[in-house]
Amino acid sequence: MAARLALRDPAPREGGGHVVSEPMVKAEGVHKRFGRVEVLRGVDLSVDAGTVTCLIGPSGSGKSTLLRCINHLEKIQAGRIWVDGDLVGYRQRGDRLYELKEAEIARKRAQIGMVFQHFNLFGHMTALENVIEAPCRVRKVRRSDAIARARELLERVGLGDRGDAYPSQLSGGQQQRVAIARALAMDPKLMLFDEPTSALDPELVGEVLDVIRGLAATGMTMLVVTHEMGFAREVADQVVFMDEGLIVERGTPSELLANPREARTRDFLGKVL
Amino acid sequence: MGRRGRRDRRPGHQRSAVLSQSVPEPAGNVPAGAPVPPDEIKAVPLRHPGRWIAAAIVVVVAATIIRSVVTNERFGWSIVGDYLFSSRILDGLVLTIELTVIAMVIGIVLGTLLAVMRLSANPLVSGGAYVYVWLFRGTPVLVQLLFWNFIAAVYPTISIGIPFTSVEFYDFSANSVITPFVAAMLGLGLNQAAYQAEIVRAGILSVDEGQSEAAQALGMTRMQTMRRIVLPQAMRVIIPPTGNETISMLKTTSLVSVIAVKDLLYAGQLIYAVNYQQIPLLITVSIWYLAVTTVLSIGQYFLERRYGRGFRRNEPETWWQRAWRYAIPRHAKAGGTS
Repeated sequence: MAARLALRDPAPREGGGHVVSEPMVKAEGVHKRFGRVEVLRGVDLSVDAGTVTCLIGPSGSGKSTLLRCINHLEKIQAGRIWVDGDLVGYRQRGDRLYELKEAEIARKRAQIGMVFQHFNLFGHMTALENVIEAPCRVRKVRRSDAIARARELLERVGLGDRGDAYPSQLSGGQQQRVAIARALAMDPKLMLFDEPTSALDPELVGEVLDVIRGLAATGMTMLVVTHEMGFAREVADQVVFMDEGLIVERGTPSELLANPREARTRDFLGKVL
Repeated sequence: MGRRGRRDRRPGHQRSAVLSQSVPEPAGNVPAGAPVPPDEIKAVPLRHPGRWIAAAIVVVVAATIIRSVVTNERFGWSIVGDYLFSSRILDGLVLTIELTVIAMVIGIVLGTLLAVMRLSANPLVSGGAYVYVWLFRGTPVLVQLLFWNFIAAVYPTISIGIPFTSVEFYDFSANSVITPFVAAMLGLGLNQAAYQAEIVRAGILSVDEGQSEAAQALGMTRMQTMRRIVLPQAMRVIIPPTGNETISMLKTTSLVSVIAVKDLLYAGQLIYAVNYQQIPLLITVSIWYLAVTTVLSIGQYFLERRYGRGFRRNEPETWWQRAWRYAIPRHAKAGGTS
């Protein structure tokens, strides 16, 4: 990883020129404040295309905030984030940053799937309508095509027969699987999972993790904030431990989860494992 | 996770083994899928003498009132019958309904716009909406009606052009444009917008922020998010008070009689100004207000059902189902149903 980082020119380039070794997500010196509270205090992160990165750490450590900065749901105060080589939220010309227009930000968000802790399914729409909404409205896909694709995706998350159910008629695990199908309907190049199983009853966690695991097997680039250490060990290519707005340690699951170098990582893992 | 699951399974196995040993009988004899029906409780129902006494009092009071109203000649029921479908009253009714609809449409459209403005990040936009609500909610609607009626005193001509220049496209005399009907429309509609803005704002705020976040994460613009995701869900909160406001507006339109708009009340007033049958004509008018209010309430009921979609596990029973269930309590038909 150090070698790949060295290959990259740290200075941002104009436009979205691709380099072979371009990581899917790259963050440099990211700072985020809410009022006086510093939530991120200089985060550097790199996620290669086709890999799974799990973000772990105590609550309030800034994991979710980092995720939300990547699709610009939160504005960062300092640093840079690139997704697939494109600067997030801004355009750079020379030394100047220009804020992107809303439509441009929306277009970039459409390429990044996000799954929330509380599912956030649209309550007034059926599962199927939830899945076709963005393809129809944002991508202007024909409704019949969108429906065919949505049925395929619902089938894939094991809910082929629940397309007509409203979210309130589905269990938490089912809702979260619909939410995953909804994100996949936009054919994202990156999937962000913000504690996808934290709001679920324990017996429903497995069905959601199975879907995410299956997605990892297809080579989807994923960034997963999670408290499920067993899942991280099994699926992640890279595990990142955050604490107090900083990345404390990163490594392969076997390195970080089995032999953490930092005392803080050991301390955290001792509490959750 | 996986490891913990494996460990958990063992005690579960043991527990079920113990259970089947201690009660082997039912597991062996009863075929699967045919549970034994429980013995239903058969008890002497509790008596409610208080309810009977209350019911008797209500019946006596109601009978007294009805008797006095029907037998009192001075109510002039035959006059009510004569005028109920007279063309002057019906014209007034049509105008009242027109005015209600127009004022509510102005109120809802402008009110929604004001609500979205109030929630804008731009302080001038949200401040403008705030001042509007403050002004129109803070003065009596009767005063506003009169104000619009006499607007020609302040602005004798109204012209459309480019502000701060002498370029003018149209220009008309205020007296010819602002007829009493237009003044009534403006007075009621602009006033309603101030109230409607607060109703819509409350509705928008009631929708969880996660909904717009999810929509934005999918690449929807803020306009799309508002129109497709937030407002339809806000409707659930907006509809009941808006129904109230519509019913209230129907009755508020009677104020326009002060600016000589021939609405339902004014039509009645014009008639009794000649024949001095005040009470029968006021009853005639009231019957029509009640009739329209009833129709509006039924419409509101169906709108609420429509926008409640997805927020209940089962469709709620309709009012006639509820009435039926109330009339025939469940224990009365418990024998037949499962």
